[in-house]
Amino acid sequence: MERPLTKNIHPDRPPLNLKEYEMTGGYAAVRKVCGGMSPAALQKLVQDSNLKGRGGAGFNTGIKWSLIPMGDQAPHPKYLIANADEMEPGTFKDRLLLEGNPHQLIEGMILAAYAIQAEISYVFLRWAYHKAADLLRKSIQEAYDAGYLGRDILGSGFHLDMYLHTGVGRYICGEETALLNALEGKRAMPRAKPPFPQISGLFGKPTIVNNVETLCCVPHIVNNGADWFKGLSYSEDGGTKLYGVSGKVKRPGTWELPMGVTMRELIEEHAGGMKNGFGLKGVLPGGASTDFLTTQHLDIKMDYKSVTAAGSRLGTGTMIVMDNGTCPVGFVHNLQHFFAQESCGWCTPCREGLPWVEKILLSLEKGEGTPEDIELLKMHTQLLGPGNTFCALAPGAMEPLQSALKYFHEDFEKHIEYKKCPYD
Amino acid sequence: MLTAIEKQEIDHEISLVPYKRASVIEALKIVQQHRGWVSDESVEAIADYLEISAAEVDSVATFYNLIFRRPVGRHVILLCDSISCYVMGYRALYKALEEKLHIHMGETSADERFTLLPNACLGCCDHAPALMIDKDLYSDVAPAMLDDILKKYA
Repeated sequence: MERPLTKNIHPDRPPLNLKEYEMTGGYAAVRKVCGGMSPAALQKLVQDSNLKGRGGAGFNTGIKWSLIPMGDQAPHPKYLIANADEMEPGTFKDRLLLEGNPHQLIEGMILAAYAIQAEISYVFLRWAYHKAADLLRKSIQEAYDAGYLGRDILGSGFHLDMYLHTGVGRYICGEETALLNALEGKRAMPRAKPPFPQISGLFGKPTIVNNVETLCCVPHIVNNGADWFKGLSYSEDGGTKLYGVSGKVKRPGTWELPMGVTMRELIEEHAGGMKNGFGLKGVLPGGASTDFLTTQHLDIKMDYKSVTAAGSRLGTGTMIVMDNGTCPVGFVHNLQHFFAQESCGWCTPCREGLPWVEKILLSLEKGEGTPEDIELLKMHTQLLGPGNTFCALAPGAMEPLQSALKYFHEDFEKHIEYKKCPYD
Repeated sequence: MLTAIEKQEIDHEISLVPYKRASVIEALKIVQQHRGWVSDESVEAIADYLEISAAEVDSVATFYNLIFRRPVGRHVILLCDSISCYVMGYRALYKALEEKLHIHMGETSADERFTLLPNACLGCCDHAPALMIDKDLYSDVAPAMLDDILKKYA
């Protein structure tokens, strides 16, 4: 089984420096592209590979790039941004790539920037990733020194500067238009779309924002071709995927596997099954803002289409397992506390609604709930759902709540009947 | 008043962006780096230097979780309270820290040694529960390990 993204990542030794990275075939893709591949051909190649955005939305990366203005009339500078603000609770996959092989990300960024002819690039890194920040600073300097960044890269006439920006902590910075506001020194509130960032992004210029894992796939697609990339997958979505499992399993971790492995294989084989004494009750398949799946869904494929068909989303592909000793009401209260705290406050349903949802769940958990509270929660999953808010934060928050009310309604009812948490 | 070194570092950030105002987050980070937190006077000094209003600087400063608008202790403990850590023992860890330091979330110990703050997901979910002290990440933390961890910080 091929693992292109992680084959050179070894937790027991430091990541490859530039020379070592080159010896494993690193920067060959930049040489190939700078040696005469057109930006349009690179966009087409990535589109054909069916690489889909790994940040959670799952949009075809090549198509995203193709919406940027090209040619002599295009506004400049154009920007390419790596979204490394990994902050979805339960998600820890990009940290592996950032700490394990920073040059792979830098190479992917150079290629993406070439495809859209951007001259300025940023890594937007979350504050807490200090180790990744140190490694990226060192690696970006190495890439400048070797001529992969800066003026006239490898004599191609293509220029690219790269900067590291570390955030100061806000979940909403992961939303791409909020990220742009943060980079402009503003409060990280999402922007209205349209205009899309491809037309008017950072400082009003054409901009592409891609997830770290997405960008790390690009060098391998350039080196090996679109058909090879599609062949890595068990499903119609191309490539491998970094999957993760956390919670009360025997071996929590991250693994690069063919896109479309089943949930059962991930939990039972890679994570070693549940810890002794615990049973599986529910799973958030792709981070805190995805709907619960349960034991009946174990055989679904973990790809974009299959997880959506089962009523949830692949999201970031890093699943959180809820065991049968953890109270679902307390679990969902923890999630809603997070979303209420991280709401940017711009639109009323999200700013006002999420704290109410959090309070209702807390009163249920303390045994002070009434049957009307369950109806109120159900109503909020509609009121804060898609179409009623400015961005996807509140609808994302409602996904685990609405599915918890569906699959674990008995647990909610017992809190009211017993006037206490039955798990205490 | 900003110091010469603070101005020099802010000037570098200004040189990388199309207009001064865009470096306000960097300016806040620089001041916090040197002084530990961002006072009202610092907000006004940054506003003057970037030629924007103090209210605008403060609206940014108070939006972000890790810009401190109140003094903090010599060391800041960020305790992850997100879902994987919640499942794996965050509550026991919080209780143990409260008992050891005699403070609740958001407070600073009487000897000004530690400030305890909640933090959203540290990206360490496969080794939960996790906490960070200054720039050091601790994973798979059990309450029994806290004494050994805390004694490293004077």
